[in-house]
Amino acid sequence: MSESICFGPMTQATSVEAGPTTGTAIRLQGLTKHFGDVRAVDGVDLEIADGEFFSMLGPSGSGKTTVLRLIAGFEQPTDGVITLAGADVTGTAPFERDVNTVFQDYALFPHMNVLENVAYGLRVRGVGKAERLERAREALGTVRLQHVSDRKPTQLSGGQRQRVALARAIVVRPKVLLLDEPLGALDLKLREQMQVELKQLQRELGITFVFVTHDQEEALTLSDRVAVFNDGRIVQLGTPREIYEAPQTEYVATFVGTSNVFGPDEARAVLGREGRFALRPEKISLFSAGESAAGSISARGVVAETIYLGTGRRVVVDLEAGQRLVVLEPSTAVAPVGRGDSVVAAWRPDDLVPLA
Amino acid sequence: MTLSPLTRRVLAVLTGLVLVLMYAPLLVVVVNSFNQDPSMTWPPEGFTTKWWVRAFHSDGARDAVLTSVQVALASTAVALLLGTLMAFALQRFSFFGKNTVNLLVILPIALPGIVTGIALNNAFRGILGVQLSIMTVVVAHATFCIVTVFNNVIARLRRMGGNLEEASADLGAGVWTTFRLVTFPQLRSALLAGGLLAFALSFDEIIVTTFTAGSGTTTLPIWILNNLFRPNQAPVVAVVAVMLIVVSIVPIWIAQRIAGDAETVR
Repeated sequence: MSESICFGPMTQATSVEAGPTTGTAIRLQGLTKHFGDVRAVDGVDLEIADGEFFSMLGPSGSGKTTVLRLIAGFEQPTDGVITLAGADVTGTAPFERDVNTVFQDYALFPHMNVLENVAYGLRVRGVGKAERLERAREALGTVRLQHVSDRKPTQLSGGQRQRVALARAIVVRPKVLLLDEPLGALDLKLREQMQVELKQLQRELGITFVFVTHDQEEALTLSDRVAVFNDGRIVQLGTPREIYEAPQTEYVATFVGTSNVFGPDEARAVLGREGRFALRPEKISLFSAGESAAGSISARGVVAETIYLGTGRRVVVDLEAGQRLVVLEPSTAVAPVGRGDSVVAAWRPDDLVPLA
Repeated sequence: MTLSPLTRRVLAVLTGLVLVLMYAPLLVVVVNSFNQDPSMTWPPEGFTTKWWVRAFHSDGARDAVLTSVQVALASTAVALLLGTLMAFALQRFSFFGKNTVNLLVILPIALPGIVTGIALNNAFRGILGVQLSIMTVVVAHATFCIVTVFNNVIARLRRMGGNLEEASADLGAGVWTTFRLVTFPQLRSALLAGGLLAFALSFDEIIVTTFTAGSGTTTLPIWILNNLFRPNQAPVVAVVAVMLIVVSIVPIWIAQRIAGDAETVR
C-alpha cells in the first residue's frame, strides 16, 4: 500500500495527549442510543487518534458493539455527535463514511467468489475492472490468500474467511477500520495467530483500528489504549498498563484480570486503612507461618485450595480476619505451600490500588 | 433411527402401494391419450396418435391453453411483485398488527377454493360492479399465488439476515446498488421457486376460476370439465390432461431442484 504511513514505536502513540502532532480520527461527544427503554449507549465521550489501535472492552450488552455500529452508521444516535477526521458525520449513511467494518460473522457475499468479494468496495465506487481486480489481488496478498481467490466463501475455513473479510475492508483504504469481535469465532491457536497478524497489519497500513472485544487479554495485548465499557458508559479509559495496574473501580479491577478486592470493612480489618482497595494475585507472596517479609503488609491465614495452572499455581488463602485471598504462586516458588498449611501472605503497600 | 428388516420391508411395500395408487391413474390417462377406441376401453386394443393431432387442431383446446398461460403468467407476475414486497415488510420492519397481516397473507392458500370463489364473485359483481373477465381470474389467482412467493422470499430473508446489506453499504454501495448486487442475487432462486409454484397453482386451478371467470373466459381446466362428458371428445380431453400434467409437474420439479435442500415452502 503506497499510502501507508509509518508510525514510530507503538508506545509513543498510546494516548491522545501524548502526541499533539497526531490528528483525531474519531471524536464522540455525548453519544447516546436508546432502544425503546434500554439505554444501550449512555453519554459516551471519546477521542481516538489517527493510527491508534483502540479497543472497546466489555461484557455483552455493555454497549461497545452499539458504539461501533453508530460509528459505522448502521444505527443513528438518539443524541450526540460523531466526528470522523474533523467532519461531522452524524446522520449520514454508512456508504457516506470513510470507515469500514469487519463483521463478527464476516458477512461475506455468498454468491461471489473471494476475489469478487474483495473487489466489491472498488466495484461500487466505479473503479475499472482491471484495476479493481489488480488491487483486490494485492489486498489478498496482504493477508496471504491469493491462492483461494476463485473459491466461494463457503469453501473457506473460519480463519480464511476472517482474512478475506479483512482484505475486503482494507482494499478501499479507509481511514478507520472497525472490527466487531473479529476473532470471536476462531479457536484458541488460530486466534493467537490472528492477533499477531492484526497487529502487524495495523502497523503496516498505519490506519486507525477500533476493536471491539469481550476478551480482556486480547484487548490488553493488542491495544494502544482500551476503553472499558459497562452499562453503556466508559468506566475507564487508558493504556493497557494503566487499566491493569491502576483500575479505578471494583468493576474494572475484577473484569480485567483477577483482583482481590478489600471493601471498607475488610480494609479496616486486614489493612487497618479506610477505603476500598484492589490487589492483584501475582503481587502477593506466601511465607510459612513465623517468617516475615520486611517492609511488607502481611496477614496470617490458612491455605484452602491450590489449583495447578501450568505457569504457576493459584492458591486460595483464608485469612484470619475472614477475607479470602487469591494468590498466584509462580512455578519458581522455593517452598510450595499445601492445602491446610498455615501461611503468611505479604505484599508491598504500593501494590494496593485504591478504588473509587 | 434403525429399523428391523421386517419393518423396513413392510414400509417399503406400503410406500410402493401408495405411490402406485397415486400415479397409476395418471399413467392410465397418458395411455388413454393414445387409445385407439374413442370410448376408451381398457385395456386398449390398439394405439394411435390421431387424438393428439386432433387436439392440436382443436380451436377450443388451443384457446384454453393460451388463456391459461396468460392467466398464470399474469397472476405470477402480480404475486412476485406483491409477495416480495410483503415479505420485505414483514421481515424487516415491526409495526402494529404485523402478526395479523402475516396470517392474512398466508390464509388464502388454506381457504377452501369454493369460499374464495364465492366471496370474490360477490365482491366483483355485487359490491364493485366489475364485469367478470380474464382480469378477475388473474386477481383471484393472485390471492393464493402470492403465498408461495411470500413464503419462499421470507424464508430466504430470514436466513440471510441484514448483515450482508450492511456490509455492502459499509463498502460504499447505495441502497439500489446494494439491492442489485447483493439482495436480489440472494433472492433470485427463491423468486424463481416461488414463481414456478405460483404458475403451477394458477395453471390447474378450477374452483376459484369457475366463480370468477367471465362467460368468454375458458381456462384449460374449465375446458376439460366442459368436454369431459361429451362422448367423442373424451380422447382429446385425455391428450389435454397429459399436457396439463406436464405443465404442472415440470415447474414444481424445477422449483425443487433450484431451491435444493428443503427450502421450498409451499
